[in-house]
Amino acid sequence: MYKYDSYDQEMVDTRVAEFRDQTRRRLEGKITEDQFKPLRLQNGLYLQLHAYMLRVAVPYGTLNSTQMHALADIADKYDRGYGHFTTRQNIQYNWIKLEEAPDLLADLAKVEMHAIQTSGNCIRNISSDQYAGAAADELVDPRPYAELLRQWSSFHPEFLHLPRKFKICVIASDTDRAAMRLHDIGIQIVKNDAGEIGCAFYVGGGMGRTPMVAPLIREFVPLDQLITYSEACLRVYNRYGRRDNKYKARIKILVHEMGKDEYARQVEEEFAHLLEQGIEPPLAELERIKPYFADPAFKTDLTEKADRSDDKFARWVDSNCMAHKAPGYVAVTISLKPVGGIPGDASTEQMHVMAELAKEYSFDECRVTHAQNIVLPHVEIGRLNELYGKLAEADLATANIDHIGDIIACPGLDYCSLANARSIPVAQKISQRFADSGKGEMLGQLKLKISGCINACGHHHAGHIGILGVDKKGTENYQLLLGGSEAEDTSLAKITGPGFDEAGIVDAVEKAADVYLAQREEGERFLDTYRRIGMDPFKEALYA
Amino acid sequence: MPDNLGTSPDDVQFRFRDDEMVDHAAVTVDAFLDQSNAAAVRIEPGDDARELLPHLGRIKLVEVNFPGFMDGRGYSSARALREAGYDGEIRAVGEVLIDQLAIMRRCGFDAFAPDNELDTADAERAFGLWDNVYQKTTDGRAPIWQKRHG
Repeated sequence: MYKYDSYDQEMVDTRVAEFRDQTRRRLEGKITEDQFKPLRLQNGLYLQLHAYMLRVAVPYGTLNSTQMHALADIADKYDRGYGHFTTRQNIQYNWIKLEEAPDLLADLAKVEMHAIQTSGNCIRNISSDQYAGAAADELVDPRPYAELLRQWSSFHPEFLHLPRKFKICVIASDTDRAAMRLHDIGIQIVKNDAGEIGCAFYVGGGMGRTPMVAPLIREFVPLDQLITYSEACLRVYNRYGRRDNKYKARIKILVHEMGKDEYARQVEEEFAHLLEQGIEPPLAELERIKPYFADPAFKTDLTEKADRSDDKFARWVDSNCMAHKAPGYVAVTISLKPVGGIPGDASTEQMHVMAELAKEYSFDECRVTHAQNIVLPHVEIGRLNELYGKLAEADLATANIDHIGDIIACPGLDYCSLANARSIPVAQKISQRFADSGKGEMLGQLKLKISGCINACGHHHAGHIGILGVDKKGTENYQLLLGGSEAEDTSLAKITGPGFDEAGIVDAVEKAADVYLAQREEGERFLDTYRRIGMDPFKEALYA
Repeated sequence: MPDNLGTSPDDVQFRFRDDEMVDHAAVTVDAFLDQSNAAAVRIEPGDDARELLPHLGRIKLVEVNFPGFMDGRGYSSARALREAGYDGEIRAVGEVLIDQLAIMRRCGFDAFAPDNELDTADAERAFGLWDNVYQKTTDGRAPIWQKRHG
């Protein structure tokens, strides 16, 4: 994985010094809270319901064991012994003291990490495919391009006061595991007819209160123009993005109101101008970055069969392991969704265990997924039994990836100052219900996503089943949505009808699942059946 | 809005150029485009700085107003002027704060007339904080990638 050189290290160290000084001036009253707020946000520090929350960047979701150990230590030293992995492949801590935040950032900098631009109206942490470098279906490893974009977007002087936040995702396979088209800019690394590698740009996607699937703006941007084209996209947005209404300030609204063709035309005009400015790093910079992401020394002649005599182990292999490009290896997803647990939470001890296992079984690497799980990207099939045993000891061996128990949920009203309803208890009850009845496994792939307000941090628009918590005259109410997908068949879920109370929504999910079980045809996932039979049979079951 | 507005030389707290300051007030972009003699113009966040590009030869001062520091359109305005070769003064006016000074410099601002006077020591620290930069702009600083590859 990427290793900082002295320049990268100096940049994060300088940032820590800058934030330490800003915090000092705030505590001394030299700057107002209004002036300080964007500064702390751009260092990942939110003021939540009960305390400050700090969001740490995990660029393109990749961590080594030293970094994972450091995240565990931070949970112990500055928080209450746990952290929360997020849908942006980051980690959040919920109980941070402002006075201690500069020290926390200094601890992060020691392991080449930071919280830069994990919040605020700027370009956020770049996300990517959690199986990068492992997936059999990828064209190239997308992470060198993400790293190039990370450096370009960090402290970009023109784009630190955008109309609104800005999220970029880079993938390199036709299978989308990163919700690419639901980003402000989604980049897919592609090959053109001439066999050259370049970037397809999708611009103006997003969830939130107005979900939109990003349209294709340009089919092919040559690699030696990637930064220039990105800069053109951002400049047009900075110039014309709405600033009169924060709910209409994302680039998706601009692209929608201006029209994608006119937006693309303006970008082309700016792009042509910027090409004259020589702002693009040379390809040599990309070549410098690439070797950091070279394949580890995969062994050959490995066994391709695990001992499946233990049923529980076999079930875990089937749900949590993914085919690897190297024979004899798989990518293992560690579920952070134990039955009845809080989605995405990991304790200090669990983080230490995952760090050790990454070192011992996966070439010192692990990944955070947008579904709030952890991946060990390169594990020998012959060592899976052993690994499974160690995961089970740490309560990390839940076999439910992409099943109904693998719920994405935002922190909700338990933590978040924006939320209207709690997400976590609903997730816990649904997970428990389907585990107890044994239906969870019968259902196969069923992605359930819960948001505690219309800002949609829990990706409810993209759930095969989505749940949206709202405030209905002072009580929590939950709307049910069906038919969303964040994958390459991107679609937005539709609301079934009137909402439910907390107990009612758990029953409603079960009724929807039962409709699927009764109507499914051979090989169909929940989503496929929904797409074939439509909303009506579900409505009949829900509101009969 | 009056035709004549803007800051006076006395309002300028920091300036990174040696030429003499323009001694008359800046006019709005509309007023500037309507008349031929003004040498100082003020850009508001909603103005398109590119309208000035055909007239750069007669401009000596561009004020870029930040009515609120969170509105970042002025950064793009300044860069557009510098990228077109404008080498006169670009003055940041309005809600100009310590923690925006360094990035304003990077975008081409070379004079600062904050509504509220800034602490000089804090400002000097801010101007000098970053020894290196990741991006190429027109400020003449070599980005890190250029240093890496010579």
